[in-house]
Amino acid sequence: MSASRATVQTERAVRQTERQPRRPRVSKRAIPYLYITPAVIFELFIHILPMLIGIAISLLGLTLFYIHYWTQAPFVGLQNYGIALNFGGAAGSALFHSFLITVAYTILVVGLSWVLGMTAALLLNGDFRGRGWFRTLFLIPYALPAYIVVITWSFMLQKDNGAINALLSALHVSNPPFWLVGTNAFWSMVMTATWRSWPFAFLFLLAGLQSIPSDMYEAASLEGASKWRQFLAITLPSLKPVNVVLLLVTFLWTFNDFNTPFVLFGQAPPPSADLLSLHIYVSSFVNWNFGLGSAMSVLLLIFLFIVSLVYLRIFQAGGASNE
Amino acid sequence: MSEYQVSQAKSQVIARSRVNRQAGRLRESQVYAVLRVVGLIFFTFITLFPLYTIVTTAIKPLQDVQSTFHWIPSRITFAPFGDIWQTVPLARYFLNSIIISGAATLISVAIAILAGYALSRYRFTGRRVFSLVVLSTQMFPGILFLLPLFIIFINIQQTIGVQLYGSYLGLIITYLTFSLPVAIWMLSGYFDSLPLGLEEAASIDGASSLGTLMRIIIPLSLPGIIAVAIYSFMTAWNELLFASILTSAATRTLSVGLQGYATQSNVYWNQLMAASIVVSIPIVIAFLALQKYMVQGLTSGAVK
Repeated sequence: MSASRATVQTERAVRQTERQPRRPRVSKRAIPYLYITPAVIFELFIHILPMLIGIAISLLGLTLFYIHYWTQAPFVGLQNYGIALNFGGAAGSALFHSFLITVAYTILVVGLSWVLGMTAALLLNGDFRGRGWFRTLFLIPYALPAYIVVITWSFMLQKDNGAINALLSALHVSNPPFWLVGTNAFWSMVMTATWRSWPFAFLFLLAGLQSIPSDMYEAASLEGASKWRQFLAITLPSLKPVNVVLLLVTFLWTFNDFNTPFVLFGQAPPPSADLLSLHIYVSSFVNWNFGLGSAMSVLLLIFLFIVSLVYLRIFQAGGASNE
Repeated sequence: MSEYQVSQAKSQVIARSRVNRQAGRLRESQVYAVLRVVGLIFFTFITLFPLYTIVTTAIKPLQDVQSTFHWIPSRITFAPFGDIWQTVPLARYFLNSIIISGAATLISVAIAILAGYALSRYRFTGRRVFSLVVLSTQMFPGILFLLPLFIIFINIQQTIGVQLYGSYLGLIITYLTFSLPVAIWMLSGYFDSLPLGLEEAASIDGASSLGTLMRIIIPLSLPGIIAVAIYSFMTAWNELLFASILTSAATRTLSVGLQGYATQSNVYWNQLMAASIVVSIPIVIAFLALQKYMVQGLTSGAVK
């Protein structure tokens, strides 16, 4: 760190002596700070300050009674966190249930999207006629606005006038189910979210595949390695940097997903579709318990932060030993 | 032409298999060719199935939509495409979404260019902290700062009289900040790929830092800037959670407004699908037309 900074400084010193005529209107040291100032202002105003206020609210008993004079809400310390983490209590056990649902949902959606995206990317990673057309077609679900995708699926998943059950009865499945109630609601969400997010994995992985030099495959092929062997020995290791970013980004999006359950089920989702973002939304804006809602969001943030940190630590350690 | 290419490819495969002296090689490649066709049919089907449903539902009368689903519309009507403008003030929502997303995109891109340039070309104290904090805001759950932002907006209105809640301005500054982290990350990656010599030549000519950025770096970075602009526009155009709380009837955006086709008594599925087509077409066409920039920009940081 300090060594690299020193070399940068000497580089800069060399550069400065090289270019003589410079109008010193702004101090050179101030320039980068001027460039980042607008970004810092907006980040502080929209991200950092509200986060701090959110943490403060989580320490208040800001319930329905104080909603109109919320500055007078009593300070309750960590009581909201106690309620949220007391898995024996009603609020705590509901939160824990919602957490488990969200974990299962995230693993399934991220996993399925990766497998589908990887498969489609491998199918299109070659030179054949119509390749560009297929690529464009596969990107359409991702280009559609997310809420439109969910609206469309909510129509397709209708019991009697929906396309999914029409397809099932065309395949001679008897008793087509209600999709949007009970445990089926969970699978409806998984299908909907996967349909929209696999093209993003596909886009990323296809770009990654195309950056792998083809002579690596030619060499492996000459040595008689099977396609599957080549995939394991060349493709997957080369895609590691792409996968690290892709999986982290899709994990964060899916874990924080609000659109899918909200557009499918509104403010009263069935228990199997009670994702965390919607759970906290309902606790805050429907049940008017903002203190508890904020405590839950802070816990969610801490969880995401730890997972991301551990994930990056593991990856970066692995990356360093590879290099 | 294509047959020639195919036969050429085949002969290459054959030649290679001879070199390998592996009898199974040719059969293996034929198996993969069949698998590719099967795979492409599968993906085409799962992609087209919902799209086909949207289009055919939009041209059915309401009565047909509310009864058993039929693959081929028995009666075709384009009335839903006219009705959508009356059932809800769709034109108003459309205009609101365009104003908010457009303004958020312009400002976000401008801010991200400056910050990305600073990260790419300057080594300054606090650089690491800045980039880490900005990137980590990407993992903030929106639900955490929805209420605080609402409270801040209300307080600003009461103290200095600037209306942020229920106004264009409030959503514009919110959405532009949402897209900033990825925009800065993508652009600084893009700037990293441009050779340093460009600026050295310019600064020998006496150009200022900002002048170099405007006249040399920005024109060369147009693909990256276009990618960031698409990303920012889509972020704003797709947002629902904050729009549902921070807009009023006059500033409602499409994401919230489309729920108006589902009333207590009735869901106008045919109009909902017609409106979905109208709302999606501009953004889908823009995305698909500019997809190669999106691929370059999104992956420039990760693929290197």
